[in-house]
Amino acid sequence: MALDKIGIAKRIAQELQNGWYVNLGIGIPTLVANYIPSGIEVEFQSENGVLGMGPFPFDGEEDADLINAGKQTITTLPGAAFFDSATSFAMIRGQHVQLTVLGAMEVSQNGDIANWKIPGKMVKGMGGAMDLVASADNIIVAMMHSNKAGESKLLINCSLPLTGVACVKKVVTELAVLSIIDGAFHLIERAPGVSVEEIIAKTEGRLIVPEFVPEMQL
Amino acid sequence: MNKVVDNVTDALIGIQDGMTIMLGGFGLCGIPENSIGELVRKGTKRLTCISNNAGVDGFGLGLLLETKQIKKMISSYVGENDEFERQMLSGELEVDLIPQGSLAERCRAGGAGIPAFYTPAGFGTEIAEGKEVRIYNGKPHILEEALTADFAIVKAWKGDTAGNLVYKAAARNFNPLMAMAGKITIAEVEELLPVGALDPNEIHTPGIFVQRIFQGKEFEKRIEQRTVRKRD
Repeated sequence: MALDKIGIAKRIAQELQNGWYVNLGIGIPTLVANYIPSGIEVEFQSENGVLGMGPFPFDGEEDADLINAGKQTITTLPGAAFFDSATSFAMIRGQHVQLTVLGAMEVSQNGDIANWKIPGKMVKGMGGAMDLVASADNIIVAMMHSNKAGESKLLINCSLPLTGVACVKKVVTELAVLSIIDGAFHLIERAPGVSVEEIIAKTEGRLIVPEFVPEMQL
Repeated sequence: MNKVVDNVTDALIGIQDGMTIMLGGFGLCGIPENSIGELVRKGTKRLTCISNNAGVDGFGLGLLLETKQIKKMISSYVGENDEFERQMLSGELEVDLIPQGSLAERCRAGGAGIPAFYTPAGFGTEIAEGKEVRIYNGKPHILEEALTADFAIVKAWKGDTAGNLVYKAAARNFNPLMAMAGKITIAEVEELLPVGALDPNEIHTPGIFVQRIFQGKEFEKRIEQRTVRKRD
């Protein structure tokens, strides 16, 4: 069974390590905050200027001045801090943030990522994504394995305008966990009940498959 | 030094057609609502606006887009505005999209007297086209130039008559950086206090960066993505 979005988020949450500062992008990455393994303490950074983000507010307690990078109303936890946008990206560029999780439209076998523009169709802008992917040591992409047309999003080369070059280290999809090493996707784990053959069929880029591919433990 | 002006109309004196203005805010959070309303009333045209976002349809900078007062936008993310997308795709509006961190640092640099800096953000992408590349620590970086503006308009929570400013929560965002980068910086505040009322330890923008300050009125503070959780 392929995972749903929550499954993807749960699997990524297993990557969290104690003491990390983590930046979560919009969409599936935001859900990761709901599944922090017990005993792990992390702090979430939002690039609009918040460290120590807490859960969404209760109805009636929203504050227009307190939002995350997705413009959603949030709360803060004890120990939180606010700062300006230059300081925020100093944290990111200066590699003070240990993990970045973001979505993508395409990822290539050498770790290129495209997620900000479809020429002639959709131009939303890159927001903080280019700064994040250019500087973070540890970038995990959370996305579906194929697009809505059924085409693989794990490619030899990205066809869309790039957000960053050779930066993605790991991809978690509804089918698999893959790492990117030396110009190839390496199959690390498969979703429960998903066959290696299905993953091979849906991965366009170069895929290295070990003899034994364990199932994800969720 | 008293920087107080009576109202938004006096605050915006001197903003003319064709000028470049910076406007603080992230999404609709921390935007100078009173000043945007006044720019619509004034009808100033062919503006180049430097702002992280472009508002939404019917609020924030979306109001100035509807009246076609903006010639060019310099932003990092503009995804929430249909009128913006229409004007951009039809070629009516010039748009310069910049990585958010580079945009923030370019404003900071403009105010800090640093003409340009190298950053890894955007290397190998279309935003690096035509920009100088240098390798530092084995990694390619691109040269990004500072931004300044004829006017910077910022929104603060509290300000005193000397122009010292304090922002609230995530409404700080680009405001302190743009305050530094305006030839003339106008601060619109929720609460205007007498000099001495703010603790010098707690000031975010020192008054030296602010030329005019006024008490804003009737802040709507619209929420773009109201997101709540259920009480158990």
